[in-house]
Amino acid sequence: MTALTRSFRRKLKLRGGATSATDAPIQATPPASAAPEQAPVEIGPTDPLLAYFQSASEAVDIDALELDSPALRELKAAGVKLAVPLVSQGELIGVLNLGPRLSEQDYSSDDRKLLDKLGAQAAPALRVAQLVREQKAEAATRQRFEQELEVARLIQQNFLPRELPDLPGWQIAAYYRPAREVGGDFYDVIPLPDGRVAFVVGDVTDKGVPAALVMSATRSVLRASAQRLIEPGLVLERVNEHLCPDMPEKMFVTCLYGVLDPSSGHLRFANAGHDLPYVKTADGIVELRARGMPLGLMPDMPYEEKEAILAPGDSVLLHSDGVVEAHDPRRDMFGFPRLKETMADAPGGQELIDRVLSDLDAFTGPDAEQEDDITMVTLQRSARALGVSQASNGSVLADFELQSAPGNERQAMEQVGRAVANLGLAPARLERLKTAVAEATMNAMEHGNEYRADRPVSIRVLKSAGGVRVQIRDQGDAGELAEPEAPDLEAKLEGRQKPRGWGLFLIEKMVDEARVTSDGGGRTVELVLRLEGGGDGDE
Amino acid sequence: METSELRTAVRERDGVSVIDLAGDLNSSAEAALNEAYATATAGGTGSVVLNFEHADYINSTGIALVVGLLAQARRNGIDVRAFGLSDHYREIFEITRLADFMTIADNEDRALRGPEGNTDA
Repeated sequence: MTALTRSFRRKLKLRGGATSATDAPIQATPPASAAPEQAPVEIGPTDPLLAYFQSASEAVDIDALELDSPALRELKAAGVKLAVPLVSQGELIGVLNLGPRLSEQDYSSDDRKLLDKLGAQAAPALRVAQLVREQKAEAATRQRFEQELEVARLIQQNFLPRELPDLPGWQIAAYYRPAREVGGDFYDVIPLPDGRVAFVVGDVTDKGVPAALVMSATRSVLRASAQRLIEPGLVLERVNEHLCPDMPEKMFVTCLYGVLDPSSGHLRFANAGHDLPYVKTADGIVELRARGMPLGLMPDMPYEEKEAILAPGDSVLLHSDGVVEAHDPRRDMFGFPRLKETMADAPGGQELIDRVLSDLDAFTGPDAEQEDDITMVTLQRSARALGVSQASNGSVLADFELQSAPGNERQAMEQVGRAVANLGLAPARLERLKTAVAEATMNAMEHGNEYRADRPVSIRVLKSAGGVRVQIRDQGDAGELAEPEAPDLEAKLEGRQKPRGWGLFLIEKMVDEARVTSDGGGRTVELVLRLEGGGDGDE
Repeated sequence: METSELRTAVRERDGVSVIDLAGDLNSSAEAALNEAYATATAGGTGSVVLNFEHADYINSTGIALVVGLLAQARRNGIDVRAFGLSDHYREIFEITRLADFMTIADNEDRALRGPEGNTDA
């Protein structure tokens, strides 16, 4: 704006000879709105005429002036005889250019005195007019800026979820308050086809319309990827690949993405450089950490994936940096420790959001302007009795997923082993269960999921009156299990059967019951081991 | 629980080749096991003893590898014995009937003595 004003002030206008004027010999510099009869003469910032006019105390005789000045040559060529510099507070703001007198006589000393007086009075008046015009231009710019902000706000709000899903046994609440200069915050809650729910909180660097547009693009790619991919790390990878090519320079997106299984409380999450979410548990506040670069910075970035189990009564807070980076009047930041304290004191859900907001308002002071968007999403698991699905299934001892990769059945064995450790199973029966789990997991990874990275195996361990049940689910096409032939060792030794094909046989021999169920989304093998007896009598 | 690739060592004792197995007997163990068997039988021994004392994990693919080894040994007229199996894997060798085709001994000495040597176990 400064540069604009300066060049505007130096743009001194000229009208050619005073031919059309009445008997008055003086031609004033025309107002900007009047159509000039001739192009204005501009005096460049290095033109010596500028300094000359600026220091001139009276009307200048153009024909008599000798200066190496392009503007002076133009004035002479245009037939200007007399120039009256308009100087206000030491600054040249215009020039009255006069052609020859109609009477063809020279300008008299009276004419010159009159012109000098006119110049002295016109200069401040012109200056005031210039200032008014500048202010009007600034006001127009401001108005355009406000309109842009309004557009940004509309884009932003249009892409936030209008309602949150109703999850039995859970309370979900969300809050979004844009700063005056709308930031790029967003959140989303996406119901997934299998009953799970994805949670997103993100922040686009920059403000206004550019941030709002990047936010809307990010949100769209996230929504599309969430429906196709199960693993949060892969979802963020996909979104990053989409954003990288078109991301404006110096912009990026931080984003926390988590998938909750409401029936078990199992939360898998990945983080693209966003502020860490907090979980309030019976043992205190814990952070959900997972590594990853912000989205849109570099292609081919991996995103670490972590898991957490939200126990009944646990409460999660996802938040944007507008909370912790708010300042008080002394420029101290609200910071993570304060947020943790607030969380420790407050229950979860909407109450937690209200508490954070009131603590934040008290911290920044009543008249402070909000510096950045503030976004919070809370997720609280009811502390009350188990939900319907759990009551019918028995209690869930473990619920986890494993990547389909050779050798990962060992992890399944160990995790199931830990989950049933307190049930008092005889060591031999525990070993059998683990072998059956390993074999069923191998089948799921190899035959069901074909060792594909985007198809994990889901394993759930349940305890009910009947005993332990382990459900191992793949995402295959739910066809027949690949081992229909009962293994016959003699046939195998004689080469009439392949050496392999022991998996199902072992599973059936190791547990009390093994069931296979299929639906459109995959196949579940359920292993049942009774807690008492066991039929083999070999304990 | 980390998976550990199968490591093998072949030694001779009392004219019998002993293959010491350590690690996981799974699909990644095939090459190591075949190589060990080839080494063990290169000298023309009539008996091979498999030492499972340090084989921590045997899955169905590992069972298939033992079946393959046993089939080859039968074709070559070589007697296969085993020792060092945990109770759990011994049960699996019985369920799969592998125990019907190879002598499962309680320890190395008994395995070396052969089918007769184990009858008094």
